[in-house]
Amino acid sequence: MSRARAILGIFLLFLFLFALFGERPLAANQAYYYDILINIGINIILAVSLNLVNGYTGQFSLGHAGFMAVGAYAAGSWSEHLSPGMVNFLAGSNGVLTFVLKPFPFLQALPGMFADNLALVIATIFGGLLAALAGLAVGIPSLRLRGDYLAIVTLGFGEIIRTVILNIDFLGAARGMSVTGRYTNMFWTFGIAAVAIYIVLGLVNSTYGRGFLTVRDDEVAAEAMGINTTKYKVIAFVVGAFFAGTAGSLFAHYTGFLTPEGFNFFKSVDVVVMVILGGMGSTTGVILAAILLTILPELLRGLAHTDFVPAFQKALEGVIPIHLPPLQGLLENRLILYSLLLIIMMLTRPQGLFGDIAGSRKRVASSPSK
Amino acid sequence: MDALLKVDRCTIRFGGLTAVSNLDMSIGNRELVGLIGPNGAGKTTVFNMITGVYQPTEGAISLSGERLNGLKPFDITARGIARTFQNIRLFVSLTVFDNVRAAFNLHLKHGPFHALTRGPKFKQEEAEIREQAMDLLKIFNLDRFQDVMCKNLPYGDQRRLEIVRALATKPRLLLLDEPAAGMNPTEKGALMTLIEFIQEKFDISVLLVEHDMRVVMGICKRIYVLDYGITIAEGPPDQIRRDPKVIQAYLGE
Repeated sequence: MSRARAILGIFLLFLFLFALFGERPLAANQAYYYDILINIGINIILAVSLNLVNGYTGQFSLGHAGFMAVGAYAAGSWSEHLSPGMVNFLAGSNGVLTFVLKPFPFLQALPGMFADNLALVIATIFGGLLAALAGLAVGIPSLRLRGDYLAIVTLGFGEIIRTVILNIDFLGAARGMSVTGRYTNMFWTFGIAAVAIYIVLGLVNSTYGRGFLTVRDDEVAAEAMGINTTKYKVIAFVVGAFFAGTAGSLFAHYTGFLTPEGFNFFKSVDVVVMVILGGMGSTTGVILAAILLTILPELLRGLAHTDFVPAFQKALEGVIPIHLPPLQGLLENRLILYSLLLIIMMLTRPQGLFGDIAGSRKRVASSPSK
Repeated sequence: MDALLKVDRCTIRFGGLTAVSNLDMSIGNRELVGLIGPNGAGKTTVFNMITGVYQPTEGAISLSGERLNGLKPFDITARGIARTFQNIRLFVSLTVFDNVRAAFNLHLKHGPFHALTRGPKFKQEEAEIREQAMDLLKIFNLDRFQDVMCKNLPYGDQRRLEIVRALATKPRLLLLDEPAAGMNPTEKGALMTLIEFIQEKFDISVLLVEHDMRVVMGICKRIYVLDYGITIAEGPPDQIRRDPKVIQAYLGE
């Protein structure tokens, strides 16, 4: 445990330095990599939080994008309409913090430096809480259902959220909503990802947390052992929704523009794929899958234009005497290859990236809380 | 009126089918009671009724005078009734130790927030639970399997683990649903000793549903016989053995 803490400490320090010096780059090629990194962070938050619901608690939810949308729009409108006044009150030139720090001249630059970060954190917590509230509202009535039925209900819920947003003029309806404050940076993205990982692992790795796993294994037996299964399901759902909301807020403050279409059913499926590929109930596997599935489409982008592809086609046509359609053109549609790779990964490792489910759970189980 | 469990004129109907009708049953403190009957007599339904999986259509159930009707299964377990299942229902993805540990949830003083902050109280309680769970496993000679996935245990050990898990909820009444199913004569003999041992060691009452006459007649002090949901006999084993109604129910005319 102490070694894990040391690693976490170094990790956080690293992120803190990143936050101070890692300004959002403006040069195009740097911005591209920055973009991928931020997306990795957001996807880790989404996948790890969904893993608590789908993996550890065994409740198949297909509505994660819906909760993300709630968080994104809530945090976005908070930043647009309420946040400037609040940040000004705290960190403005006549703000509370500025006044408090007056006796310390060397600290006076601090509030100004961190005003954006403050705005982001408050908006993100607000977005997360509203998403958690939505999770509670959906969870209590629908968690009586199991398996496929729950999947359909959560799917329906996600679509309802999207349609509702599409019809609210205040949120920009189909035109989309701009979020002027593009505050999201590396520190908060990975910081919140670290918090999500800590909370999910902390919850699960305790006597209390074994309850989540018993709900997945056998609800009837769990109830007979005195475990309130409904309570566990609701907690998993609410915590999952909260982090989906924070991911939404980070997304909103990164892209600066939200459309309801960005949170459709396919966004939910993307996250579910990460959870399944990572191995249901293995946090390490799910993190790895989130990283892999974010990078993969980007790697494939370049593949079509390497020298390798035409050479490979020439060699292939030398062996098989038929004229193939140009591979280059086929590969340009990278999503075909992406889907193909997914199929191959599922066929070769149906139990997830990190060994069989039981094994990954045993790792969780056998790490005693000293 | 010092009965621990009292079932008062309970009836369960599923649509037109009366599964259990007008059942009267009482189990005293530290009593070992058997419940027998031919296939489909309603024995498991009685279990499900007592543990709250089904609600009785009519009648009342009480534990030490406290009414149990309308409570959820986990609430009933919290009041002191634990059970095992006819077909083993362990938590298959957990280890032997974690199966027992999960059952300690019921008397847990800490909640999700303590699990996150991991303060000294949390650690102390986790250590205590570990010790108690290991003690329980030791009593049943399962401690050497603590890190084994429970699905990899031999059949007989899985049955015993289910009993250990039920005992971890600290019950006053233990319901055993056909614990001897699928066991050979030697294992059945060991099981009889085990049940008597549990009853004495943990100072609890046991209600045993069983098909195997040798097991029931051997250890139960009092036996209820069900047939088509109706209690046809009640009394000590010797009396049940000679009861013409019971013989007729089992062997026919």
